[in-house]
Amino acid sequence: MSEKKLMLGNAAVARGLYEAGVCFVSSYPGTPSTEVTEEAAKYDEITCEWAPNEKVAMESAFGACLAGKRSFCGQKHVGLNVAADPLYTMSYTGVNAGMVIVVADDPGMHSSQNEQDSRHHAIAAKVPMLEPSDSEEAYEFAKLAYEISEKYDTPVILKMCTRVAHSQSLVEVGKREVPEKKYEKNIAKYVMTPGNAIKRHPLVEKRTLDLIEFAENSPVNRIEKGTGNIGIITSSTSYQYVKEVFGDSVSVLKLGMVNPLPVRLIENFADTVDELFVVEELDPIIENYVKTLGIKVSGKEKLSLLGEFSQNMVAEAFGQEVPEGVSLDDDIPVRPPIMCAGCPHRGMFYTLKKLGCTVLGDIGCYTLGAAPPLGAMEMTLCMGASIGAAHGFNKVLGEESSHRTVAVIGDSTFMHSGMTGLANVAYNQSDSVVIILDNSITGMTGHQQNPTTGYNIKGEPAGKIDLVALVRAMGFENVRVVDPYDLKTCEKVVSEELEAAGPSVIISRRPCALLKNVKLHAPLTVDESKCIGCQSCMKVGCPAVSMREVDGKKKAHIDETLCVGCNVCSKLCPVDAFSGVQPFEPIPTAEYI
Amino acid sequence: METKNVMIVGVGGQGSLLASRVLGRLLIDAGMDVKVSEVHGMSQRGGSVVTYVRYGDKVYSPIVDRGEADFIVSFELLEAARNLPYLKKDGQIVTNIQKIDPMPVITGAAQYPEDLVEKMKKKGVKVDAMDCLSLAKEAGSIKAVNMVLMGRLSHYFGQPEEAWMKALEATVPEKFIELNKKAFALGRNAG
Repeated sequence: MSEKKLMLGNAAVARGLYEAGVCFVSSYPGTPSTEVTEEAAKYDEITCEWAPNEKVAMESAFGACLAGKRSFCGQKHVGLNVAADPLYTMSYTGVNAGMVIVVADDPGMHSSQNEQDSRHHAIAAKVPMLEPSDSEEAYEFAKLAYEISEKYDTPVILKMCTRVAHSQSLVEVGKREVPEKKYEKNIAKYVMTPGNAIKRHPLVEKRTLDLIEFAENSPVNRIEKGTGNIGIITSSTSYQYVKEVFGDSVSVLKLGMVNPLPVRLIENFADTVDELFVVEELDPIIENYVKTLGIKVSGKEKLSLLGEFSQNMVAEAFGQEVPEGVSLDDDIPVRPPIMCAGCPHRGMFYTLKKLGCTVLGDIGCYTLGAAPPLGAMEMTLCMGASIGAAHGFNKVLGEESSHRTVAVIGDSTFMHSGMTGLANVAYNQSDSVVIILDNSITGMTGHQQNPTTGYNIKGEPAGKIDLVALVRAMGFENVRVVDPYDLKTCEKVVSEELEAAGPSVIISRRPCALLKNVKLHAPLTVDESKCIGCQSCMKVGCPAVSMREVDGKKKAHIDETLCVGCNVCSKLCPVDAFSGVQPFEPIPTAEYI
Repeated sequence: METKNVMIVGVGGQGSLLASRVLGRLLIDAGMDVKVSEVHGMSQRGGSVVTYVRYGDKVYSPIVDRGEADFIVSFELLEAARNLPYLKKDGQIVTNIQKIDPMPVITGAAQYPEDLVEKMKKKGVKVDAMDCLSLAKEAGSIKAVNMVLMGRLSHYFGQPEEAWMKALEATVPEKFIELNKKAFALGRNAG
C-alpha cells in the first residue's frame, strides 16, 4: 500500500490527471483554480501550458482530445464564462479521448468579482459535473471523470470550490496509465454545421438520460444511514459541515455528481426519512430539482444564498447552539488587501489621481488602485472590460471625458481579452487613452507567465509578444513606454496623451516587486531632524510608510520589514528627509518616448 | 481523539503558509487525520490572512469556526485580537508582538488599539506574547518569524523536538533548513 500524503485539493486533481494518463493541459490562471495546472506542470509526462485566455485553453484541450490524447483545461468560475462558447458545442461533438474541465467557484469571494454558481453551466451545456468534497475525492473524481468522458462521449466538468481547492487533506496515490486512442476523421461528429448539429442534439438528450441512470447507481452518490429521522441531501464542503455538526445522527445523501441528478435515489432516500433538507452553498439547484420531483424539502428557507457556509452556520440553521467566543471592547480596524510596498502600479495610480483622471479598470492586482488613499479607479467588471468601457464612455461624452478618461489593464489581462477591445478603439476610433500596466507577470494569481513574459509555465524560454510592436500593428501611432517609478515622466506622458487628439497607448513598464529576479534595495530611513511631518510621502498609499509621534511631532516612519527601497515616496518629499535612496536599474523606455 | 483546531493568522506575505505546512506534516507523521485550509489570491496582498489546521481521528470541516480554536498563532498583534472570537474557552494565544498598521490606520481613518496583550489577558485569555521579529533577526532573517512562532507553539504540543525537526526538514527548502532550525530553537527556548 502506498503512503498517504497531505495534498492540496488542486494538487490532488493534478495527481488524478497524471494517473489518468493526461497528456495535454491548457489553462488560464484564476484563484482558486491555478494550482491544478501548476502542479500538473511538475509531471514531465504532461505537456502543460498557460493559454492567453480560457476560451483558447478550452479549444486547445479539445484539439488534443480530438487527436486521441486525454486532455484537461482548468479555470475559475468566471473563466468558464469566457470558455462557455466552445463548451456548449463540445457537448454536441463529444470527445475522442477523454476531456475534463475544472471550474473552481469562489463562494465568499475571497478573490473574485462575483460568486456565480457554476453548476448552472453544467445544466445549460448538458454536460456531467462531479463535485468532490475533499482532496481524496478530488483525486478519485478526476480519474473517474475521464472514464465517464470516454464512456458517455462528453466533456466532464469537475467542480471545485475555494475550500476544496485550497485545503490539504490525505490522499493515497497510485500509478499512471495512458490509454491509447487514434484520431479518426468524422465530419458528421466534429463539424457543427446546423445540418450536423441537429443530428447531434438528440444524442445529447439521450446521453443525459444514460447519465441519470449512472447517477442512480454510481458510488459517487451515496447514502449514509443515520440514527435519526432527518435526511439531508448535500455535496462538496457542505457535506463536511453537515457531518461535523450531525455526525451519524441524521441520514445523508451525499452527491458526488451534481449534474445530472438522480431520480430514484432521491425518491428512495426521501421515503426513508420524516423530514428532508438540502444543504448547498449558493443557489438552490439540488433543492429546486427535488421539488420538481414532487418531494417536500426545505433548504434556502434555513440557509443563505450568499457566501460560504461553516459548521456553525449549519448548526444555527438547525437550531443548535454554537460557542460565542471572546471579543475585545475595542474596534478592530479592518485590514483590506493593498498594493505591496514597491508595487510598480503605485506610481501610475498616484499620477492618475494627481491628474484627476477618471480611471476605468480591469481585473488584477491593480484593481487595488481603487482602495484608499489612492481611490484611483472607478469601474471594474471583468477581464478586458476597461478598454471596451472607456471606448463607450468616451464615445458618448466626447471631449467632455476624453481628456481625462483612461483605461488601465495589466499585461496578462491585455493578452487575455484586452486586444479585441483595443481593436475596437482602433476601428471605431474613440479618443481613448489605454494604459497597459506591464509588470511582466500575471500577478494576483501568484506569478504565472503569459505571452508577453518570454517564458512558459515551466520557466523555459518561450515565444514573447512585443506589446509595442503589437499595438503599433493595430494602427496606434501614439505609443509611449514609461517607468512608473519615474513620477515626473509619468505625469508628463499621461498629460500629453490625454491632451492629444486620437487614441493612444501608454505602456507603464516595471516588473512586479515580488518577482524573484527583481533586485530589491535596502529599506529607506527617515532623518527625523529633517522631516517636517507634511505627509506628502503618505499620498502614495504605501503600507511601509506611516506617521509616528516623535517628541510630540508627527514624523514619517518606514517599516523596515516591508520597504523595498523603491524610492517613490522619497520623490514627494519637499525637504529630502529620506536617506538610503539607491537608483533602480533603468527600464528601457527612451526609445519610445 | 476529539478534533483539535489551530488557527495561524497574520498579514498577507508574512509566511504563514510555510508554518501551516510544517505543522500539518508534524501531525501527519504522528498518524493523525489532518486538514489544512489555506488562503491564496487577493487576500495575500497585505490583507488579513487565516490558515486553519485541524487534526484528530477523523476531521470533516476544513475550517475553524467561532469559539473552536484550541490555539491561535498570530504573526501580528492586531490579527490576534481580530481573531479572538475564534478562540475556544481556555484556548491559548501564541503571538508575535510586532505591529503592522493596516491601511485605515495609515490613512488616519482608524486607530491601532493600544495595550492589546493586556486587554486580552484582562478578558481571561491565555496569551503568550513575544518579540518574534528580534528572534528571527537573531536567527539570520526577518522572514523566519514563522519558525520562531512554530518553536513557541511546540511548547504546547506533546511531540518531541525531533519530530518537529523532521517535519521542518521535510517542508522547508534545503538551503534554509539551518536558518529555520535556529529560528525554531530560539522560539522554543524563549521566555
